[in-house]
Amino acid sequence: MLMKSEAPSDSLRTEAASPVLSLKDVTKTFPGVTALSEVSLALFAGKVTALVGENGAGKSTVVKILTGIYQPDSGLIEVDGNPARFSTAQDATTAGVTAIHQETVLFDELSVAENIYLGHAPRGRFGLIDTRAMVDQARKILAGIGAQIDPNVKLKDLGIANKHLVAIARALSVDARVVIMDEPTAALSQKEIEELYALVEELKAQGKAILFISHKFDEIFRIADNYTVFRDGALVGSGCISDVTEAALVKLMVGRDVSQIFPDRTRNVGDEILVVEGYEHPTEFADISFSLRQGEILGFYGLIGAGRSEFMQALFGITRPSAGRVRIDGEPVVIRAPADAVAKGIVYVPEDRGKQGAITALPIFQNVTLPSLRRTSKNGFLRLAEEFRLAREYTSRLDLRAASLDADVGNLSGGNQQKVVIAKWLATRPKIIILDEPTKGIDIGSKAAVHEFMAELAEQGLAVIMVSSEIPEVLGMSDRVIVMREGRVAAQLRGDDLSPETLVRHAAGI
Amino acid sequence: MSDTTRFIPDRLRSPMERRIKSWETLLLAIAIAIFITNSFMSPFFLNAWNLSDMTFNFTEKAMIAFAMALLIISGEIDLSVASIIALASTAMGAAVQIGVGTPGLVLIGLTVGLLCGAFNGFLVTRMGLPSIVVTIGTMSLFRGISYIVLGDQSFRGYPPDFAFFGQGYVFWVISFELALFAVLALIYYVVLHRTNFGRAVYAIGNNPVAAEFSGIRVARVKFILFLLTGLMSGIAAICLTSRLASTRPSIAFGWELEIVTMVVLGGVSILGGSGSIPGVVIAAFVMGLVTFGLGLLNVPGIVMSIVIGALLIGVIALPRLWERWRLQSKTR
Repeated sequence: MLMKSEAPSDSLRTEAASPVLSLKDVTKTFPGVTALSEVSLALFAGKVTALVGENGAGKSTVVKILTGIYQPDSGLIEVDGNPARFSTAQDATTAGVTAIHQETVLFDELSVAENIYLGHAPRGRFGLIDTRAMVDQARKILAGIGAQIDPNVKLKDLGIANKHLVAIARALSVDARVVIMDEPTAALSQKEIEELYALVEELKAQGKAILFISHKFDEIFRIADNYTVFRDGALVGSGCISDVTEAALVKLMVGRDVSQIFPDRTRNVGDEILVVEGYEHPTEFADISFSLRQGEILGFYGLIGAGRSEFMQALFGITRPSAGRVRIDGEPVVIRAPADAVAKGIVYVPEDRGKQGAITALPIFQNVTLPSLRRTSKNGFLRLAEEFRLAREYTSRLDLRAASLDADVGNLSGGNQQKVVIAKWLATRPKIIILDEPTKGIDIGSKAAVHEFMAELAEQGLAVIMVSSEIPEVLGMSDRVIVMREGRVAAQLRGDDLSPETLVRHAAGI
Repeated sequence: MSDTTRFIPDRLRSPMERRIKSWETLLLAIAIAIFITNSFMSPFFLNAWNLSDMTFNFTEKAMIAFAMALLIISGEIDLSVASIIALASTAMGAAVQIGVGTPGLVLIGLTVGLLCGAFNGFLVTRMGLPSIVVTIGTMSLFRGISYIVLGDQSFRGYPPDFAFFGQGYVFWVISFELALFAVLALIYYVVLHRTNFGRAVYAIGNNPVAAEFSGIRVARVKFILFLLTGLMSGIAAICLTSRLASTRPSIAFGWELEIVTMVVLGGVSILGGSGSIPGVVIAAFVMGLVTFGLGLLNVPGIVMSIVIGALLIGVIALPRLWERWRLQSKTR
């Protein structure tokens, strides 16, 4: 993919110290997608490098390469200037690289000490785990990061913040030189975030190189020394944080010509069809009110964890809200289960295709007709000819590529699986379609097909809600955008108010 | 980028081709092989009345196995079925003592089965408990009630016309039980393979989350399946009690595992999501033929259970080994 991009700043390369760990011209491709294209990254002892980019920019892929989970197709990993190969996660650990993930990968049923030392516990006689030594050392590490946690309690008895501290302690237990923190503050309260900052300072003082991944600009400017920006799998800028402004960073992150790649459509907004008032959930979201018109595409933007999917699933009847009302065509409706939502004309294309969207072990036609069986059957008896007819009608509208309609959905590419899920819902002739990250993880060609189709649906008068974390998609497709932050509506934007900068600003609360 | 719409065929393999290469065909071959072996091993085997007697080895279990197959395909299991038989039989036996007639006994048998199924279904779908745990619990609970009522006693004195269900013949060597088995096999075949309900069962077994997201009322379908399994246990209780003409609390002891064996042997995935009624029907015959053949040869019961166990493991493992070998030789 071609794009205009600013030349990467060279300030890092001229710095006196040599990096502890660096990537040079690393490329990684997956079938149909180039996740990283010739990116470079350098991490220095005692410095915090912030890695910035939209969702899908390639940050997670970099983390997985640095921790030995993925191997690059080309390019170099260097440790202290010497080429290294991380063929396994073990190799990366041996080289002193450790990662603290967004969702902690720890074990609820094990004790804190066992979690910290799983895989490298101190051994006693006969090669058995020396529990006492393990607990003592765990206590020392926990004290070192100021965490007041008993190493003997089970992990499941800890809160999310303390679990994070355990993850950090685990990272430190391997004598790490490079610590990767992948959105470490995403689930923390303000007070806990302050404690985390103090911890990062402590790690810096110990001379560890830190890669800090975050969407929140305030914290990047507060604790990072250097920055590196990725966009669409490519390096678009890096340098010292003191040389850059917030606005410049946002521009680097999102800057590209958005309007060209999205389909033009005649905006044909009709009557109000859906009104949501005061939707609330005890933990996930609060006070959500908005309305939607026929033929309108309403975008929902926000950071991961802002409560967008949780709200959509409540609207679709998967979970129950604690308060709130819904009206469709002016009529109050009660949605207690997805079956109710479908009956009222609301359908939901979930983000997690494999788990929630498609039944991968069943053939295409059965997936498509599943919610429409009442129409294709007679008195409850299946009519296969009708099923094939309906499946053919809707899959051909989406230009599905498959060997036969009898092929299992699991054998299709991600993009084609998504087409099956969308076809399934369109076959129910809905009034309102909710698309949750409709193009996540699918190839460019399918992406364009989904966008085009979405535009076509809106033209035909369907009301579309699109949850997306990709700014170009949100801006390119939506008539109106609701930005959510921490479970609430942060802004409703339309027309001239819509720009990458405003979206990011409202989503991050700056 | 062309505008020509690609034509996607409905199917690449015909349903007939799929059927020939299926598990059921393999199982049928095994059944025939056992049948032929039996007829060589024992001179008494090829006798219409002997063969008719053989069917009593599996008809009652197979009735429950049909409902169990649907339940296992949906990703659940019911291990309390044999205990439901005990409880239903005990209830019928108690009713006999106060002079209830045959129609009343049948009604009681069916009602107890349905209530037990509803209880299991309630605990699983409403309380969200795992079915394996719930039904291990009710397995002890239901039979425990029978033991409390009966102790080491037994109920007898069933009315003469009640004997028809387990001892009567509809036509020549076709017993009532065999006829009922055939009718139920047909009904379950239609329900699982030809109705929306059956499709929902497969969808739930393959991916309950996506099924729920597709607007299927997963809990309701599962509740109905528990009800059906309870009802079938009630029907089996009527047949078995009628055949034995007495009720002891140990009636049908250990049947739950034989029924699950029958279902799995029939090609139903224990993980849910796949399987068929024809498979279960053939598996019922295979198990009946093996037990009957060994019986004719005077093989003791202990050895019989060893043979059934070995058969189950062998029949399940062979196709997988075959598949692995085929894949390996392909990659080489």
